[in-house]
Amino acid sequence: MSATAWAWLVLLLPLLGSIVIALGFRVLPAKAAGAVGTAAIGLAFACGVAALIGLLGEHPEARHHASSLWDYASAAGLDIELGIYLDPLSAFMVLVVTGVSALIHLYSFGYMASDEGYHRFFSYLNFFVFSMLLLVLAGNFVLLIVGWAFVGFASYALISFWYRRTTATRAGMKAFVINVVGDIGLVLAAFLIFRELGTFDYEAVFAKAPEVFNVNEWTVTAICLLLLVGAFAKSAQLPLHTWLPDAMEGPTPVSSLIHAATMVTAGVYLIARTHVLFDLAPTAADIAAFTGLATLLVAGTIAIAMTDLKRAIAYSTMSQIGYMVMGVSIGAFSAGMFHLMTHAFFKALLFMAAGSIIAAMANRQDIDRMSGFWKAMRFTSLMLLIGGLALAAFPFTSGFFSKDSILDYAIARGGMYAWMAVGGYVGAFLTALYTFRLIFRVLPGVPCPEAQELIETGHLHHGEPINPANEELEDPDVGFPGPEHHIAERSWPMAVAMSVLAFGALFAGLIQVPGVDDVLFAWLDPVFADSELSHIHPSVGAEWRGLGIGGVISLLGIATAYLLWVRRPELPARFRERLRPIYLLAVNKWYFDEAIDFLVVRPALAIGRFADRTFERLVVDGLVSGTEDVVGGGGRIVRAVQSGFVRSYALLLIVGFAGLALYFLLSSS
Amino acid sequence: MNIEWYIVLSSLLFAVGAMGILVRRSPIVILLCLELMLNAGNLALVAFSRMVGNQEGQVFAIVVMVVAACEVVIGLGLIVAIFRRKLPLDVDELRELRG
Repeated sequence: MSATAWAWLVLLLPLLGSIVIALGFRVLPAKAAGAVGTAAIGLAFACGVAALIGLLGEHPEARHHASSLWDYASAAGLDIELGIYLDPLSAFMVLVVTGVSALIHLYSFGYMASDEGYHRFFSYLNFFVFSMLLLVLAGNFVLLIVGWAFVGFASYALISFWYRRTTATRAGMKAFVINVVGDIGLVLAAFLIFRELGTFDYEAVFAKAPEVFNVNEWTVTAICLLLLVGAFAKSAQLPLHTWLPDAMEGPTPVSSLIHAATMVTAGVYLIARTHVLFDLAPTAADIAAFTGLATLLVAGTIAIAMTDLKRAIAYSTMSQIGYMVMGVSIGAFSAGMFHLMTHAFFKALLFMAAGSIIAAMANRQDIDRMSGFWKAMRFTSLMLLIGGLALAAFPFTSGFFSKDSILDYAIARGGMYAWMAVGGYVGAFLTALYTFRLIFRVLPGVPCPEAQELIETGHLHHGEPINPANEELEDPDVGFPGPEHHIAERSWPMAVAMSVLAFGALFAGLIQVPGVDDVLFAWLDPVFADSELSHIHPSVGAEWRGLGIGGVISLLGIATAYLLWVRRPELPARFRERLRPIYLLAVNKWYFDEAIDFLVVRPALAIGRFADRTFERLVVDGLVSGTEDVVGGGGRIVRAVQSGFVRSYALLLIVGFAGLALYFLLSSS
Repeated sequence: MNIEWYIVLSSLLFAVGAMGILVRRSPIVILLCLELMLNAGNLALVAFSRMVGNQEGQVFAIVVMVVAACEVVIGLGLIVAIFRRKLPLDVDELRELRG
């Protein structure tokens, strides 16, 4: 079988899984949905590997194939095919998406076991993977938009999965609306591309673009900025990021899969995929890079102040995606993709470990209540520690190599990009600080009551189901995360999934060690060979110098966290007092929600109110009732003729006829 | 005889009938007046027929008579129905159909 045939199978399997689970949930035995869903994604991963092997057998320059099943629409110069485009970049994304998804399905198999919506969950989850693969494999912009929108819907469905939670449904709507803003950007970009180039097909667009556009021409800049709107909304970059922290209302595997490992990286993929256009619009690329930098710093400061375990990790996700966006925007395409992969491993792992701890806390997420889990849950704690080390770029973990490969590139490119690298190192310090703040507050110390209960009785704490967001009592009918909770120590699927990811988080960086091996970049670089920027390579010495700086900063961050939250736990409170404005800024998430509320939501509401109260009442109602008055008044006047007196009718008749007769007589003579 | 006399007579009869419809309130008299108007028309038709010299006007007059007979049947039927319901036999009183 050819590589593209395998790629079609990759697309087909999750779709089939989703349909089978959705239609067959009444006839399937109780746990079959999880098995079917996990198997579908596992097989898709296997097919992805087969496609990879197929591509590996070819010459590096020839590793790109377009394949089309049928024409969607073919009229008036418009030719949209249901086509996929397989090249090293999409194959890489397919492997990351299916690989991490398969593990998260496995984790959900255990984690969601007691949930009433078990089938629904796996059906949605498979649908999400299908959408994401469609987005990644699409061979033209139309199919990309389809996948893009499907992913947004799947995200909405899964955030609002526990639909009796008002906070969850509201968060789902918020995510959907902001994603639609991004969709609009993407659609408008596609329109512009079609207007200028007359095609939607990737290969044709990227071949024509350099001939048609001049560098920094306004059209190509507009296209790129619109693409960025889509990318920023999906990848939670400033200022369209506010949906991501709220998306933590969904079940933890969802946070892990969609809002950490895969969906939010779609924007990074989009920028890398359309790098030909961004090369022609350096201004737009610089805007993207600065946004990425700003996001990584802002999100890093917020993560330090968050007390909600999952939200803190969500802000960390934003921050890490900021690195990726910065990387692919300044030209470090392969490095950005490398960080995408390692981030998928360690962030999925962190969320899984957090889910396990949250389950032990009977769904509480507040880190102020957590402590001493090292004694209660050794395996989960170890996983959290591994994920944290990789995230904090501890030397020789995966995050260490991937993050620094982006920053080294920035330094090698020089100029203002070198200053961006400095910002990136500040972000790296913040990353280490907030990561180990979480770890030092959750793992060591005197066990909290829930952890103590687990140690002494071996039972999980069984609290009233309470919504951690607003302290409301939950409605357990829809299986609020299930009548019982599951932790990694008691559930082998969860433990297996986490172990595999932990292996990846620790060692995935070793495939791309400067001066030692060059697996990933050798694989991806042909895709970006047409870009001038991809030929800038930092020297091996510079890379190791960068790695050294990164390692020192990481250790410094961890040491600072140790000092602040273990050795001198009274210090953070004093800092909060001293630096109250900064603390308030961070804990209120830099007032982005309020700003958007003030700048967008309120004006929109005001317009709506004006339309409802003023425009509707005066103009629309005026038109309607004005017409009614005219017709009614006319009727009232004419009605007087209809007196009911037969003799008056007769008189009218006779006078009328006489008049007519007179008229004809006069006109004939 | 000259045609003018016939036309004058026909016009007078028609005017009498029309006047009667306008001033009288009894439905029976109104019906009579209608009949008068129709027959005024008939007279004119027959007179013109004679003047032109063919039979078409006379055929048309007979058709008008048939129509008039039908009309009288319906009209008298209505009057009997009004009478049976003990409603006043006065067209000014029967004005439920006003707008």
